[in-house]
Amino acid sequence: MELLSGGEMIMRALKEEGVKMIFGYPGGAVLHIYDALYQQDSVEHILVRHEQAAVHAADGFSRSTGEVGVALVTSGPGATNAITGIATAYMDSIPLVVISGNVPSHLIGSDAFQETDMIGCSRPIVKHSFLVRSIEEIPGVMKKAFHIAKSGRPGPVVVDVPKDMTAPQEKRPFQYPETVKLRSYTPASKGHTGQIRKALDLLLEASRPVIYAGGGVVLGDAAQELTELSRRLGYPVTNTLMGLGAFPGSDDQFIGMLGMHGFYEANQAMHQADVIFAVGARFDDRVTNNPKKFCPNARIVHIDIDPASIQKTVRHIEVPLVGPVKSVLADMVEMLTQMDVKPDQKALEAWWETINGWREKHGLWTGDRYTRRDQIMPQDVIRVLYEVTNGEAFICSDVGQHQMFAAQYYKYDKPRQWVNSGGLGTMGFGLPAAMGVQLAHPESAVAVVTGEGSIQMCIEELSTCTQYKMPVKIINLNNAALGMVKQWQDMQYGGRYAGSTYSDSLPDFVKLAEAYGHVGMKVTDPAQLKTRMEECFSMKDRVVFMDIYVDPDEHVYPMHIPTGSMKDMVLSKTERTK
Amino acid sequence: MRHIISVLMENEPGALSRVVGLFSQRGFNIESLTVAPTEDSTLSRLTVTTIGEDGVIEQITKQLNKLIDVVKLVDLTEGDHIERELMLIKIKATGTQRAEVKRTCDIFRGQIVDVAPAVYTVQLTGASEKLDAFIESIGTSAILEVVRSGVSGIARGERVLSV
Repeated sequence: MELLSGGEMIMRALKEEGVKMIFGYPGGAVLHIYDALYQQDSVEHILVRHEQAAVHAADGFSRSTGEVGVALVTSGPGATNAITGIATAYMDSIPLVVISGNVPSHLIGSDAFQETDMIGCSRPIVKHSFLVRSIEEIPGVMKKAFHIAKSGRPGPVVVDVPKDMTAPQEKRPFQYPETVKLRSYTPASKGHTGQIRKALDLLLEASRPVIYAGGGVVLGDAAQELTELSRRLGYPVTNTLMGLGAFPGSDDQFIGMLGMHGFYEANQAMHQADVIFAVGARFDDRVTNNPKKFCPNARIVHIDIDPASIQKTVRHIEVPLVGPVKSVLADMVEMLTQMDVKPDQKALEAWWETINGWREKHGLWTGDRYTRRDQIMPQDVIRVLYEVTNGEAFICSDVGQHQMFAAQYYKYDKPRQWVNSGGLGTMGFGLPAAMGVQLAHPESAVAVVTGEGSIQMCIEELSTCTQYKMPVKIINLNNAALGMVKQWQDMQYGGRYAGSTYSDSLPDFVKLAEAYGHVGMKVTDPAQLKTRMEECFSMKDRVVFMDIYVDPDEHVYPMHIPTGSMKDMVLSKTERTK
Repeated sequence: MRHIISVLMENEPGALSRVVGLFSQRGFNIESLTVAPTEDSTLSRLTVTTIGEDGVIEQITKQLNKLIDVVKLVDLTEGDHIERELMLIKIKATGTQRAEVKRTCDIFRGQIVDVAPAVYTVQLTGASEKLDAFIESIGTSAILEVVRSGVSGIARGERVLSV
């Protein structure tokens, strides 16, 4: 059998797992691994400028491809810097393997230089973690790490490797396991046939149905199955923030995103629904508003791969269905074909009429409601971005008002096209995630929709973009303040902007972009927005930083009225639902 | 309601911290906790008593089941079961008190396992309420030290928790 060092074993394991690219930052504890990395050519390493970005980039890579993202960081500060990235991936169920170095085994627990208890620090935010205790166990640990990360409900797995486990002179027999068996871990591979039948029966009884699809459909590669079933039924479909793209955003059957900043028609439909079909969604507090008032008349079917997601917040689930959404939806389509039962068309027509009424009344897409002439409106930036990119770009968002505008005003027709930190809400996510997306899709347009607040949280990655020629387009909605914080301060704190403004100390983003070797563009005139945007996307090989000055006082609407039900919404600065 | 949840988990370093961490992380409460290896050295058995409404208990069992190190678990309070807790208790025993402590100890079927001129150390086994009752009978002013093992439990009849 082949003899390899621990460092070489890690690299070989990555190769065996089909990993082409990893994101990392070297340091003392991982130097042996980096030396092994240097001496092979199947895995490319992308050197980021901060470990948080390494994990976000691996995350973006994974979100846009469905493959496991891999990051490599050193011990101590390298590991703790990775924590935000790991928590981001954990909240959104993104499969990652994060390899962290640690001090040599005999120094663990001695407060050695750059020592951190990474297993302890990361414990609440990983799907699982491994501390490597012997060189021999490395192949098995790596195999398990990848298996756990990508199967069932995906998530990040940390592999913590003490430095002595990778010493080049310590060679051990290497054989990569072909299969993995964990007696304590067997995620459901199929849904229960009886429950599927029950779910379908309930769906067909509905007169005011809504299909509520979440990130699980995207992660479970079930968009096609969802679309087929939805079309067959003719029911309205709403997506969560994480589910955007699971059903085509430009389709008439799509009634928009739901939740806190969801579409009026989507939230009204949910509230009035008699049957809700929840697919790969977890009834997050940003969706449900007050769970006690959530959809009082709805009978609910809930499909999820994770049993713990079922009945966690909303308790009245009539048909729980544990299983991978892809196979469950495929089974439902097949069963539907055999049953030859059709939904109540008359009731459905009336339901669509009601929904279309809501759409006309307060829908996002009606007329010029948000268009002003003197200042650029943030919503218009997203509309123009949609037009200029033909709706085909990967949109990587940061966190804040711009994120909600990007979720509302760009129509995502494909899964994995929309990349954002939904669960954790991590500012600084957008740019590094976009790097991962761009590297995975070198020919595609990749835009970072961000704000002058978020972009400054990982702005050092502009340097990584230079080094690896990643021509991402940065669409900076500059309102010279932490917009979402300011909006809440407007709404609930009498306009007292505590710690949310910095207008006199913002950098000149154009010069900053140029300093990194990129193209900078300042846009203030609404009349020029579209031509400048076209110019930006015509520079296919360049990073372009579009610093777009938008109305600083704009709020994101509609918005749930806190503690209310799904239907209770603030519609504009002056209107609310009754 | 009080529940006794019995967990079989991998006898691996770190497994216990994952279970305990889960409880604090998700705001679940722990009344008592015991853990030791089983006859199969690769497995540990952990017993946790907790108090919560049905929804909370459902989440506790589901979230525990999600931990990779957890092999199997059962909520013992869902069926007939036996629960036991061991207590060692040091009691002031001087003068007339000495006979009184001995009598109380006999009533509760405890055993005096160590004797000093002014102190008895008593061992008592039973359900938690019995231990509470003994403490109450002795009275806190006479008690010098109490150590309780936490609850261990097992299902009655033929039901077993095994791999």
